[in-house]
Amino acid sequence: MIAKKGLQYTENHEWLKQEGRMVRIGITDFAQEKLGDVVFVELPAVDDQVTKEDPFTVVESVKAVSDVFSPVSGVIVAINETLEDSPELINEDPYDQGWIVEVEPIDEFSFEGLMSPEEYQAYIEEE
Amino acid sequence: MSYIPNTQQEQMQMLKACGLSEIDDLFSQIPTTLKLKQPLNLPGPLAEASLIKHMNILASKNINLDTATSFLGAGAYDHLVPSVIKHLVSRGEFLTAYTPYQAEISQGVLQSIFEFQTLIAELTGMEAANASMYDGATALAEAALLACNATRRRKVGLPANLHPEWIEVARTYLENQDIEPVIIPYQSDSGQIDIATMDASLAKELSCLVVQQPNFFGCIEDATGICSWIKNGDGLLVAAVNPISLGILKRPGDYGADIVVGDGGSLGNPLSYGGPTVGFFATSGTSLIRRMPGRIVGETIDGESKRGYVLTMQTREQHIRREKATSNICTNQALNALVATMYLSLLGKQGLRAVANQCLQKTAYLQQALLRAGYQRRFTGPCFNEFTISGDVDWAKVNHQMLDKGFLAGLPLQQFDKDLSDSLLLAVTEARTKEEIDEFSGLLGGYCSGS
Amino acid sequence: MNLAVYWGGIAVDHKTGVPLLMEKSKPGRIGYSLPPLDVPELSLDELIPKEYLAAQIPDLPEVTEPEVVRHFTQLSRRNHGVDVGFYPLGSCTMKYNPRVNEDIAALAGFSRLHPYQPWDSTQGALELMYQLDSYLAEIAGLSKTTLQPAAGAHGELAGLLIMKAYHREQGEEKERQEILIPDSAHGTNPASARMAGFVVKTIPSQLQGGVDVIALKDMVGPQTAGLMLTNPNTLGLFDQNICEIAKIVHRAGGLLYYDGANANAIMGIVRPGDMGFDIVHFNLHKTFSTPHGGGGPGAGPISVSKELEQFLPYPIVTKEDHRYTLTKPAKSIGRIKSFYGNFGVLVKAYAYIRIHGPQGLREISENAVLNANYLMHHLKDDYYLPYNQQCMHEFVLSGKWQKAVGVSALDIAKRLLDYAMHAPTIYFPLIVDEAIMVEPTETESKETLDQFIEVMKAIAAEAKEDPDQLIQAPHQTPVGRLDEARAARKPILRWRSKEI
Repeated sequence: MIAKKGLQYTENHEWLKQEGRMVRIGITDFAQEKLGDVVFVELPAVDDQVTKEDPFTVVESVKAVSDVFSPVSGVIVAINETLEDSPELINEDPYDQGWIVEVEPIDEFSFEGLMSPEEYQAYIEEE
Repeated sequence: MSYIPNTQQEQMQMLKACGLSEIDDLFSQIPTTLKLKQPLNLPGPLAEASLIKHMNILASKNINLDTATSFLGAGAYDHLVPSVIKHLVSRGEFLTAYTPYQAEISQGVLQSIFEFQTLIAELTGMEAANASMYDGATALAEAALLACNATRRRKVGLPANLHPEWIEVARTYLENQDIEPVIIPYQSDSGQIDIATMDASLAKELSCLVVQQPNFFGCIEDATGICSWIKNGDGLLVAAVNPISLGILKRPGDYGADIVVGDGGSLGNPLSYGGPTVGFFATSGTSLIRRMPGRIVGETIDGESKRGYVLTMQTREQHIRREKATSNICTNQALNALVATMYLSLLGKQGLRAVANQCLQKTAYLQQALLRAGYQRRFTGPCFNEFTISGDVDWAKVNHQMLDKGFLAGLPLQQFDKDLSDSLLLAVTEARTKEEIDEFSGLLGGYCSGS
Repeated sequence: MNLAVYWGGIAVDHKTGVPLLMEKSKPGRIGYSLPPLDVPELSLDELIPKEYLAAQIPDLPEVTEPEVVRHFTQLSRRNHGVDVGFYPLGSCTMKYNPRVNEDIAALAGFSRLHPYQPWDSTQGALELMYQLDSYLAEIAGLSKTTLQPAAGAHGELAGLLIMKAYHREQGEEKERQEILIPDSAHGTNPASARMAGFVVKTIPSQLQGGVDVIALKDMVGPQTAGLMLTNPNTLGLFDQNICEIAKIVHRAGGLLYYDGANANAIMGIVRPGDMGFDIVHFNLHKTFSTPHGGGGPGAGPISVSKELEQFLPYPIVTKEDHRYTLTKPAKSIGRIKSFYGNFGVLVKAYAYIRIHGPQGLREISENAVLNANYLMHHLKDDYYLPYNQQCMHEFVLSGKWQKAVGVSALDIAKRLLDYAMHAPTIYFPLIVDEAIMVEPTETESKETLDQFIEVMKAIAAEAKEDPDQLIQAPHQTPVGRLDEARAARKPILRWRSKEI
């Protein structure tokens, strides 16, 4: 289990990466390991509104289902369409090719309430 | 009679191994005040032979279709069933298995379900089918729920010429989830849905419109026209079909149905007083397939690339998604689905066509005979295996007299609709012979005041 | 240790498997004969407008009867059933299915009845239903039964709708929206509650596995519609606080629903009605041995208290002056299935109750509980037993000791298949890590139980010495471990002709 540098983490095991105005979101290595083989990602649509701490997508493995919660409020500007055909990217490369959506936050984005890689590492070791 | 293998001596031995001394010690966790103080008030045990005798007496209090000739239909049809089916389906490996949770030792059931799904999909012209539902009525109710879920609309169009029991089941399922059933009237002369008189704005409110093909009165609907009406409002078309009719009638997939349901009782299953039968459920398009209720079997491979079958897309289901599942269904009607699979494969392409054609021809033959006797066609729409006649007759009384003569005459429609008190619904299958039809129409014709 | 490792099949080519029916099809073959059409044939166009007719006949496989027989016989040999071997699938009550019941259900007097025959011509069928209704009510300790539901989950839905109708009658439908369900419950419970239009609230289990009574007290209130409970629960433990639980829920104005999946533990010993339950469902395909058929048909009748009779789904069988009829209760929740339930299944359950009688049913439960305790006692040194107390008809082990060396409950389950035994239910209930839920039933002999113990001990030893044997298992089955992720990622749900 690794928490990648340069990302921010939530208690629900999502990661965020700020890229200019946008925030890219995915699920962590720890989360994908817990879920097992991901078989389906129910992707939202571009232009959908997301609300902080509300679920915006569902990731399914063979025998588990997990909501993915949005760490920010905003509008979805991009979705990772390759997941439709290759959901296994979430297992294989959760922090890079397995990203899920990009959101444009409504408000000025802040890292408040999020964890650094070190903090997240400590957090999952407790779980 | 008992099926417990362990002798009393063995039971004592096992108790002792558990550190207990008597059977009652097994139930020490149950509060004494709750324990039954006397035996259950049930009749005493029977030896197998006595049970058979008793059951024969009960069975003989019924008039069955081996002794009476039936022209009853209305959702349950007396079709011929190849003998071989009962021998195959009673094999213990099928009969005494549970839902195939351990795929590697359940390939028989899993493959047969995969075949069932393939046959139903082919029969209905849809992309995929599930492993089965309880019956046609509950399959229809679940189809309506799926349509509401997929379209995010809360109204369901149910035609008044849909089987009344199916309407009632749909109401029970829908109204308790605050979904509004909208009853669509039918034309009083043709018995068919009349889209020309229907408000186009309604189609924009409905999650789906149901069409029963043929409908409850036996009439064939203009499914293509109905489909385009609902599609204009972006609703879904749910077709409830008689599977045998698909040997002759256009497949729902070919007129644009989004979900197809029906009852597979006709596919080799015994009538059995109406159940168990099997409901089937088919649909097309990834988003609807992903929302299907119930078990679904999929093909895969093992570590050596050998083909095999597993329960799949299980995250839709109750054991994983719990209150967010697409349905609560767990146990379905697997053995009846197996029967349907056997039946359809024995018939094959040509057999299905032949059975459907005989139903059609014999129905037309009886209908003409009864019209000649002076009855009227209650509805003018074209028929497949069922039709409605009317006449100035007390049908309940006539039915009893016909039963005395060895015929189950048909279903008086008064119990469903007072306006149809003069109407009788009759069905003819390939199982009826010309001789039976002639005798029946002669006798029934005698009651017609117009003759 | 010398354990025979084997798996059934003889004639089946394990390499290629059994081709699909559709792959065996040859144009022109038929497995069916129809008497020639004996009425004058009219042309299709005369009877049905052309636009309604199929452009082509559905492409069903064309095979002969001998091929069909061999096909399904081969398939059957690739399937495990109670007739083949031990089937300790927890919560499923996989007991022996008496064959006489099959013969009885197939009698023409039962199997050849049309649902719309006049009642005077089906008095035997109605009498059977009427009697079965009263037998089940007696076993439940309640008043009246509906035989309509086709399965346990269907019974749950009907029962919850009765709860809803009851609260409507009290003028409290809008307020009472919540159904309380323990975290150990079957998945059907919350799914059914949702389908009945309720909101689900999960009650935690306490350390001994029962309902956390203190938490329950906090959760009930004017919003409570009812509680769904299995007792013995899914851990196989009888909840000793049941009377108090019932009192708490009733005082708050809610009703109690009994999930009867585990009724094989209690017949003639204790009755749900006496525990305080208002609505009870039975799984006739479990407790009353009307076989499960590879996933159905089942039947899930529900018995209710006197007060709730008026809400039962229709039709129900009524007796008046020695004549049986079908009637509609005054405030019925409506119809939940066409016709009268899975009648053929009801016939088998009726026969099962009659052949056993009251003492026989009690002995079933006694032996089911004895067999479970015997297994538990002999397995708890090799597998972690999270709730170390006497069990009822089933018990739950945890594979966590094995997990520590990299062997999962799934691996243990798959290895069991090599010994021609079905695996227990795994990963359920959700509150036990690596759960292995074992239900032997009363129809297994001591020898079979001893053999299972021996195999389970061998597997526990193997987990330590040769875990790869387990991780790669099964080895002796017609197919090896199947790739479920592949099946779910790109679903192939039907066969398609390669020519297209």
